[in-house]
Amino acid sequence: MTNHWRDIKNTDLILINGANPAEAHPVGFQWFMRAKLDRGAKIIHADPRFTRTSAVADMYLRIRTGTDVAYFGGLINHLLQNNLYQADYVRNYTNASFIVKDGYGFTDGLFSGYSAPKRTYDISSWSYETGPSGFANRDMTLQHERSVFQLMKAHYSRYTPDVVSSITGIPVDEFNKVADLVGQMGKPDKVMTIVYAVGLTHHTTGGQLIRSGAVLQLLLGSIGRPGGGMNAERGHANIQGNTDHAISWELLPGYMRIPAPGQKTVDDYVAQSASKKSDPNSWNFFGTNYRKFMVSLLKGWYGSAATKANEFAFDYVPKPGQNSSWMSIYDQALKNKMEGVILSGMTAASIGPDANQVQQALTNLKWLVIMDPLPTTSSEFWHAPGVDPTQVKTEVFMLPATHWIEKDGSFTNSGRWAQWKDQVIPPQGQARHDHWILSDIFNRVKAMYQQQGGKFPDPIMALTFDYKDPLKPELDEIAKEINGKDLSTGKQMTSFANLKDDGTTTAGDWIYTGSYPDTGNLMKRRDGIQDPKTNDPTGMGFYPGWAWSWPLNRRVLYNRASADLDGKPWDPTRPGITWNGTKWVGDVPDYPATMDPHDPKAWLPFIMNGEGVGRLFSSGMTDGPFPEHYEPVESPVANPLHASVSASPVAFLYDQAAGRQNRFGTVADFPYIATSYRLTEHEHYVTQHVPHLVQLQPEPFVEIPWELAQTKGIHTGDKVRVSSKRGKVEVLALVTKRLGSSMVAGQKVFQIGIPIHWGYVGIPADGDPNHGRYWLANALTPFVGDANSRTPEFKAFLVNLEKI
Amino acid sequence: MAAIPTVTRRDFLKVGVAGAGALAATGLGFDVAVAESTKVKQNLRIAGAKESHSVCPYCAVGCSLVAYTRQNSDGTVQLLQIEGDPDSPVNEGRLCPKGATAMQLATSPRRVESPQYRAPGARSWKNVSWDFVLNKIAQNVKASRDATFVATDASGNTVNRTEGIAFAGGAAFSSEEGYFATKLMRGLGLVYLEQQARV
Repeated sequence: MTNHWRDIKNTDLILINGANPAEAHPVGFQWFMRAKLDRGAKIIHADPRFTRTSAVADMYLRIRTGTDVAYFGGLINHLLQNNLYQADYVRNYTNASFIVKDGYGFTDGLFSGYSAPKRTYDISSWSYETGPSGFANRDMTLQHERSVFQLMKAHYSRYTPDVVSSITGIPVDEFNKVADLVGQMGKPDKVMTIVYAVGLTHHTTGGQLIRSGAVLQLLLGSIGRPGGGMNAERGHANIQGNTDHAISWELLPGYMRIPAPGQKTVDDYVAQSASKKSDPNSWNFFGTNYRKFMVSLLKGWYGSAATKANEFAFDYVPKPGQNSSWMSIYDQALKNKMEGVILSGMTAASIGPDANQVQQALTNLKWLVIMDPLPTTSSEFWHAPGVDPTQVKTEVFMLPATHWIEKDGSFTNSGRWAQWKDQVIPPQGQARHDHWILSDIFNRVKAMYQQQGGKFPDPIMALTFDYKDPLKPELDEIAKEINGKDLSTGKQMTSFANLKDDGTTTAGDWIYTGSYPDTGNLMKRRDGIQDPKTNDPTGMGFYPGWAWSWPLNRRVLYNRASADLDGKPWDPTRPGITWNGTKWVGDVPDYPATMDPHDPKAWLPFIMNGEGVGRLFSSGMTDGPFPEHYEPVESPVANPLHASVSASPVAFLYDQAAGRQNRFGTVADFPYIATSYRLTEHEHYVTQHVPHLVQLQPEPFVEIPWELAQTKGIHTGDKVRVSSKRGKVEVLALVTKRLGSSMVAGQKVFQIGIPIHWGYVGIPADGDPNHGRYWLANALTPFVGDANSRTPEFKAFLVNLEKI
Repeated sequence: MAAIPTVTRRDFLKVGVAGAGALAATGLGFDVAVAESTKVKQNLRIAGAKESHSVCPYCAVGCSLVAYTRQNSDGTVQLLQIEGDPDSPVNEGRLCPKGATAMQLATSPRRVESPQYRAPGARSWKNVSWDFVLNKIAQNVKASRDATFVATDASGNTVNRTEGIAFAGGAAFSSEEGYFATKLMRGLGLVYLEQQARV
């Protein structure tokens, strides 16, 4: 989230897309209701399914899954055509005025630079025209024909209400009502928020679905402001913290890129990874300090082995040769190139797309390690229903790990608040902490390299273990390491602004620097609503003394944009930060604390990127500088905008690239759209072991629109088979009017809903005669993902439906 | 669904105030439930108990929890109750059905009690010692690392990567564990590193 949960109460209008917070994040949803009840805020819910979120929304729109680019695109077009955007903000705080190079273009569904054989873009034309100084040329009147503003106006002019309706299935009059409401938000004293979840990310266009929302928010001037922003709900207790800490193939901690082959020095790495200033008034804070953050990380990891002479052991950091994300792991296993997988609190057999293909991939492994408090489908995949264990040659280890409540440490919520928790109870049975298990394995491997030698052991030998007991590091010790210290004084760092690139400072994750100064662990702070007057001095709900929020305890990201050019809040009743004549006050400023906004050299508001302003046009995406609607890979209709380029032209097709058989179906065999979803009473799969929750939601089912069920003679409680090209589920039918038909591209389409939570492990499976054999929702989903992030397309695929 | 135990009204009350939503769903009066469970809490359950602070293990709202424990005479620690933390600016004491039943996740007869090993082709698990599994895994890690380590790629670039091992997980880790996992796995040269953010 750019903002945080409590902040949603500060808004005037809430767009909810690809999310169902009333059921999936019910306690967070209280802040939506506070906005509605206390401020009169309106809620607009666009979702394939009418949910409890829809029930309290002011408008519900039945949108076809995966078409939110068109929905947002129509709203963007409405703002641009009718001059309803926040003009001062757009001119000064976005790249609307930047001139794009001659040569950029978009024709018939393809941006300039496309290579059909490679299925990739050469993005060199997606950049700015530069002047003699190397900075981007700008036209502050926004009239230049190659200004971002004019290019975007032309790009979005195709997204008329009729086209939006044809793509999304939302009736034109309903869409126009939403456009009217959104169109009122471009005034300085209004602010809108967009809240989303995996209903936006789980598509081959997921990155652009979210970018569309961000572009809309920039046009309204709603980024950086209390009550505004682009807010991802996120589905796991610490998915935010462990993304921050880079358990992700393409990252190093603090959103630094993993180094690439060919980079020999830290300077090579920084030159290819860090953004560059494209305006003289851009601070480009991240890009400017990238080297400091990287050297401080290397120094933290490799200690005395990291020296100036050896480029701070830059060679020790592994450099991936290709995408190494979730689906790539199993793609490699299918190619017999993956020997071993370690899964910790995560089950491959249930969570990934195309579960049958993943089952094969797991069977191809030499060994598999599961670290979990409870059995999972991955720990039991080798004797899953219908599987002959003697044919599975994988060696499997099940290591009992501790639960969250059996250890301390912090969780970072989706609002970026790092909250420390106590160890409440000792580990049950023989359970051990995950990090102790990993440390033990690592140190045994290290001992073997010391005794036997082997391939390049240097990074293993050099890795720092400055803990009282290297086999049992305390999380408190690791929290201090993450914060970093000044090696010359031994003191904990208080801000990443003080990190150096000469090897005299460390920081395990620079965005957490400041969380644990010498005065103590700020994540433990508890100054909450027991005393709102003292603990929430601005009254905006920031609660700066509750826990700690990255970066630097800032509660709203990009908050310089919450104030106008003079430093006054756009809306004085809802200030983010304010220039008081000598300094910025309010939230922790995303800006130098004493920089006078009237100084001609004052930095532009968005200090983290090269432009210094929000990007309406971006060269940071692989599939286009502006979002464009593409159909899901499996879709019942051709793209109404450009049938010849119907689906994403750059989504990576794993099976095709590997020479495996095609596993995509067509509408002729699989006529219905399916989308997966979650229930209040379960979280993924672990709650299959929680008796009370199993009692509340005991059995797997699929939700079928009443009208479709009528034609098939299906009633609630009937057993049905839902099948895709890849597999099937056989479960009970739940027939409702929460799902329905939509008119899309002149055709009537139906969407079916499939909760994800069941599988062959858990209390329900134990009580089933077939042991939950056909209960995995992901047996249906396609092995293809977003062109940028490779996030799988769980949310839009084609199925058939039969009564059994 | 024969394996599901029956829950009595009293079991439900053990969940405490935060379970009142679930009670309401069963048709019991909401006010009655709150009053009853408050009474149970005050008179029986948590008198003299140790109060600790935690955070809900499920979604990413980050609801704060108060957990009550008591040390038994045999030295074991008993978890008595988990409820929403009323001081939190995030949840203001509220919990959803998942958070309200977190106690049943925390301590469960379904937990894996001992390390288990399943040899290639074997039909069943064997309970084994920690030393046995950790040694075997370490041997596997070293063997796979040595077999699939690429020091220099086809273009002659130094890449120092282990291609044949993947690590995935962490969304339920403490942040510090996650950072530590990243550090160790990168230390072993892993490039296939993933958690739940994409899936």
